[in-house]
Amino acid sequence: MSVASSSSTEGAAPLAPRSARVRLTATWLVAPGLAFLAVFFLYPVASLLFLSVTDPEGGGWSLRSFARIASTDVYLRVLGITFRVAGSTAVLSLLIGYPLAYWIASLSEAVRNRALLFVVVPFWTSYLVKTFAWMLILGRNGVINKLLMGAHVVDGPLPLLQNEFGVMVGMVHSMVPLAVITMLPVLTSIDRRLVSAAQTLGASPSHAFWMVYFKLSLPGVTAAGLLVFISSLGFFIVPAFLGGPQQTMLAQLIITQISELLNWSFAGALAVMMLATALAAFWIYDRVFGMSSISGGASVETDGKLRRVGIEALALLASASEALAAGARAVLGRRVTAGLLPAASWLIIAFLVLPTLLVIPIGFTSSEFLSFPPPGYSVRWFDTYFSSPLWIAATLRSFGVAFATALVSTVIGAAAAIALAGSRTRFGGAIFAFFLAPMIVPRVVIAVGMFYLFARLGLVATNTGLVIGHSVLALPFTVVTVTAILKTYDPRLDQAAATLGANRARTLAYVTVPIIRGGLVAAFLFAFITSFDELTIAIFISGGIATTLPKQMWDDMILQLNPTLAAVSTVVFVVVTALLLVAQRLRRTA
Amino acid sequence: MTPSKLYVDGLCKKYGQVTALEPTQLEVAQGEFLTLLGPSGSGKTTLLQLICGLVEATSGRILIDGQDQSDVPVYRRDIGLVFQHYALFPHLTVAENIGFPLRMRGRPSAEIKTRVAAALDMVHLGHLAGRFPRELSGGQQQRVALARCFVYQPSIILMDEPLGALDKKLRDHMQIEIKRLHRDSGATIVYVTHDQDEALALSDRICLMNHARIEQLGTPQDIYRKPRTAFAADFIGISNIFRGTFRTEGERICLETPQGVFRLPSECAPTGDGGGLVVRPEQLQLGGRPENALAGLVRETVYAGSETRIIVRSAGDQDVTLRLPSHQRAPAMGETVTIGWDSNAAVLVP
Repeated sequence: MSVASSSSTEGAAPLAPRSARVRLTATWLVAPGLAFLAVFFLYPVASLLFLSVTDPEGGGWSLRSFARIASTDVYLRVLGITFRVAGSTAVLSLLIGYPLAYWIASLSEAVRNRALLFVVVPFWTSYLVKTFAWMLILGRNGVINKLLMGAHVVDGPLPLLQNEFGVMVGMVHSMVPLAVITMLPVLTSIDRRLVSAAQTLGASPSHAFWMVYFKLSLPGVTAAGLLVFISSLGFFIVPAFLGGPQQTMLAQLIITQISELLNWSFAGALAVMMLATALAAFWIYDRVFGMSSISGGASVETDGKLRRVGIEALALLASASEALAAGARAVLGRRVTAGLLPAASWLIIAFLVLPTLLVIPIGFTSSEFLSFPPPGYSVRWFDTYFSSPLWIAATLRSFGVAFATALVSTVIGAAAAIALAGSRTRFGGAIFAFFLAPMIVPRVVIAVGMFYLFARLGLVATNTGLVIGHSVLALPFTVVTVTAILKTYDPRLDQAAATLGANRARTLAYVTVPIIRGGLVAAFLFAFITSFDELTIAIFISGGIATTLPKQMWDDMILQLNPTLAAVSTVVFVVVTALLLVAQRLRRTA
Repeated sequence: MTPSKLYVDGLCKKYGQVTALEPTQLEVAQGEFLTLLGPSGSGKTTLLQLICGLVEATSGRILIDGQDQSDVPVYRRDIGLVFQHYALFPHLTVAENIGFPLRMRGRPSAEIKTRVAAALDMVHLGHLAGRFPRELSGGQQQRVALARCFVYQPSIILMDEPLGALDKKLRDHMQIEIKRLHRDSGATIVYVTHDQDEALALSDRICLMNHARIEQLGTPQDIYRKPRTAFAADFIGISNIFRGTFRTEGERICLETPQGVFRLPSECAPTGDGGGLVVRPEQLQLGGRPENALAGLVRETVYAGSETRIIVRSAGDQDVTLRLPSHQRAPAMGETVTIGWDSNAAVLVP
């Protein structure tokens, strides 16, 4: 065995000193991120679990909070509503997202990247801006009611807000992009020649789709369903503004308990409830589908009864849809049916993109009211925005906090990604999953846990507290972005640098970082956006005057809708979209 | 004359401005093994995809047993296609993969079972029926793909470089396997490859393609011995081509080249001002008094077991390759030698 081959050193005793040193540097790169998440993510969430089983007065062990949840009708009902809304959002988002994802996956690569922007921009658009737009569209005097009454289709305004319909529209609109983005990597990795192969073997297009393509896309579909379900569990912006009292969701209760009733341990119990639900969803998913499919790994097929039943079910679906397709072709003709998928896809894109764009003309209205179309145009509401010390202070704070967050999370996240890129061990996979965890644990749970911790450290209502909180949320994005760029990085360059006399630090500084620079800037921008439109943590951490832009919008929206909000929304939308387009570009050209 | 199994009539495919296949005429007889041979981009794969219906023709027709196939979708054509990368379904077992076409044709499950078992035996994979494709080696996957195609007995089988991903030894073995399957099944096979040795070994006829059209169509012997163009001569086997202009010398027409003035073979019809003489390496003699002779410097000798290849640099810096049986003494490097050939051993190309 030669001493030079030090890359695979597992169990090679003579090489121990050298390999220990190599591993040490990787450890040092990943350590800051691990420590950061341990202190500001794992510890707060864990102590939340602990707090929920202690007595708020006595301090001993107690299940009183849970007993209170179980014995109070209201809480059980809210839990039921949360489940129902999250479940139907997941189902609807998959039904709407799948055709769009299928269509995007079928495009040539250059066109696909452009079409993908129609999904990525809505994905990153602030929930507040999206929700605000829907309030303008669905309200009593909203766009839809005006159109319908103008055309004399209805006499009075339809109740589109403060009910389940409004909530579902807002939730699905917010979650379809996540569903598409999660499904797409699986769909694009499916070898379309398999579909051709099925057809040459005698499968009709319906059979080829259901029994081959759809079957192979299932890991992506289920992963998307899981992520949408878990994200929906923690929603509060949409039900707060688009729903009525009948649609109150768990996260809203938690916020009320903390910010109005100051009942921390009960809020903790509710948050634990949500966390438990999310973990249960994960556990069920893992038992049924296996975790590997969520990280994009190929699902390992094993022979079993369930698999055969699945194939039979798909065969039935295929026969049904074949009959349907034949019927459609007979009625509409071959040319029209071939155009159905692109037409449906463009309709879905319109649903995703157009509502948000509505805030722009309304931001430029000359009227005192939020009417559409505006009676005239002016910049008076932008004047109001820019001359308001309150708004400007919030805006500047948001920019500052976002910048600091981006810096912190990019440095920590990139170091961790570089350390993990070389690792093929199971250990590395577990650490990677840990870095993604803040993306999967409902934000409101993290926020509540963090609030307890920061209250003791005196970090509530400080910029430092905000930066730390936002960095926890942004870390998964930076780790994922840098990891993706490192997949295109040739690790032999590191070895080459080493043979040429560069130590690990110099290799990083002179070889690795310059090559992945584009990815690093993209990660920075993603982290910036994450912080810039973050509300959940801001609600808890930015108390008093230290308010951020989204927090200020939230407060204003609760008080009263006004055209200044449209102007602010326009600014937020334009800033986020511009940064996003730059980030997307850098991520690809790097 | 037997009616053609497959008749390609003026078939043409254009992608915008790019022509993937010029209007093409081709007949394949029942039970024939025809190879489409050519470099990449020569249109052979396009022709294959048009025949099986995966790609729609810009113009022209395809007839199978005299029936126009233009309105028959892929899945109703009596055709099997073996893909270059096998295209086995990763979510189905070996047995389910092979049973798939029978299932799509609505065969009863008892019949599927027996026919799948027979197909597995045919490719010697009976013991792997329950495995998934990823658990098999490349050669085994290839055999599953073949079994999946032969199991439903399509009357025409198309193969798109099926051995391209295998190593040389396995490829030689699979060639014999494919020949046996062809003989046993009596199917008509259209086989795409860019490997000339494979084409020569397998085919009844070779359809040599270049620049989106048929360059030459004939038996392997035909194409090897009587290439009609310089491309055909160059693509199949090693060729020495001497280019020059025609000159009349007495009653015979000769070709004047930088390497010398050579006689044309007796059966040829020179057209235009000039052309090229193709001489295969095994037709070249070392020394002696051949009809056509040229001198050169031995530049390289390559020992290849059964033979020795000698590369001679002749006038005009043209390298000439000749083959010597190994038992013959090879000239030393740098030696000046005379090589030559009988006029009728050469072929004239435009």
